[in-house]
Amino acid sequence: MNGALDRGTYRRLHRRVKHVMGMPLSLALRGRHAADRAGDAAWSAVLDQLREVDRVFSTYRPDSAVSRLGRGEITVDDCPPEVAEVLALGREAQRRSGGAFSVVLPASDDGDPGATVLDPSGVVKGWAVERASRLLAALPGTDFCLSAGGDMVCHTASSTSPAWRVGIEHPDDVQTVIAVVPVRNGAVATSGTAHRGRHLFDARTGRASEGVASITVIGPSLTTADIDATAAYAHGPDAAAWLRSQPGRTALVVWPDATTTLVDGRRPSHDARTRQALHHFTRERSIR
Amino acid sequence: MRRIVIWLASTVTVVVLLFGYHTSTDQTSTAGPRSSVGVTPAPAGGSSTSGSPPHPSRSPASGGASTSSGSSSGGSTAPRTYTGSVAQTRWGPVQVEISVADHKVTDVTVVQEPNGNQRDAEINDSALPILVQETMSAQSANIDMVSGATVTSDGYVRSLQGALDEARI
Repeated sequence: MNGALDRGTYRRLHRRVKHVMGMPLSLALRGRHAADRAGDAAWSAVLDQLREVDRVFSTYRPDSAVSRLGRGEITVDDCPPEVAEVLALGREAQRRSGGAFSVVLPASDDGDPGATVLDPSGVVKGWAVERASRLLAALPGTDFCLSAGGDMVCHTASSTSPAWRVGIEHPDDVQTVIAVVPVRNGAVATSGTAHRGRHLFDARTGRASEGVASITVIGPSLTTADIDATAAYAHGPDAAAWLRSQPGRTALVVWPDATTTLVDGRRPSHDARTRQALHHFTRERSIR
Repeated sequence: MRRIVIWLASTVTVVVLLFGYHTSTDQTSTAGPRSSVGVTPAPAGGSSTSGSPPHPSRSPASGGASTSSGSSSGGSTAPRTYTGSVAQTRWGPVQVEISVADHKVTDVTVVQEPNGNQRDAEINDSALPILVQETMSAQSANIDMVSGATVTSDGYVRSLQGALDEARI
């Protein structure tokens, strides 16, 4: 039980799935606590925390704190302090994105065209999963990848652990993969219209967003990556340009014609080894 | 021993009263002080953490909650602004202001922003995305997880992630 596991045992993945917040939550564990009671306990704690987040933040629940706050029935001080935190994150995202991202959205089914609704969902998902992932990071000697409907946090406990291989779904054919990004520690978030019944829309205009098929953002924080993927998507054809304006953002933009643009947010001094590896794989015709 | 118990009980009582100040209209907390969302005990067995992870807490009665007069009375359509008290978060103190008109939130502004410096210092420990050859199947790509536009529970069954999870490898 203690001591180093042999490589074969260490690398075996143990998967768990549960549906929470209306989404599938997929967990892959690898290493010391991947299959024991400590791993189970951490998974249970993650689920409990996310269910509580749903109770507080869900706009589908008329009695959630956020719904009641949105109707002016209670104040921020009546809510758990996390509500203020999420709203502040959303407001900062609104400023950074030039208004493309907002937590105050046009209300869809109202007689009043200027009606608004408080909807911090765009912040909550990434924020909640990142927060819950800390429960898994506390498991010593254990790698994890926690994904909520395709937005995920990856962690490797040791420098000898292999990187997580994250496939980026092809927006036109969701059964195939358009790219693979190896992640040791970090977050991956993708925005697009595949699978969704409703469009994402630009909060500035209130109209459905066009001009991009999907955007995948890779970065250290899922809260930020999720917000950026949403905000970039709302920028439509300017998505790649906007991402470049944000320091340190790495992203893959897939256009409607299935060509791609790679935004490299890492500092130019990043190791030459990676550049050489890229030379083998990149296709010039696909990179704009 | 009894003296210690009495002291502890009175301390807890004071703490509960302090946090309980704002909870008269709060129906989201279960009991006593307004609890943070989803605070769970540290994972059992072999964990080296020193207790539950830090979570945001409310600093009582500071920051001058100016117009937060509890729950608003019904029927008011005039725009009102409510300033919350300062909340301590992982990234520093936060204070937000909500504007309400006609039973709808119309705006959120930030009176005090979190520092954010901690986020900027985090390391991006990943490589660039590598485009795969068109003929490569998902299986050949040997992926562990799939990132796509949010899959709802309905779409999950047909999704690539669903196939990975089902195969349990």
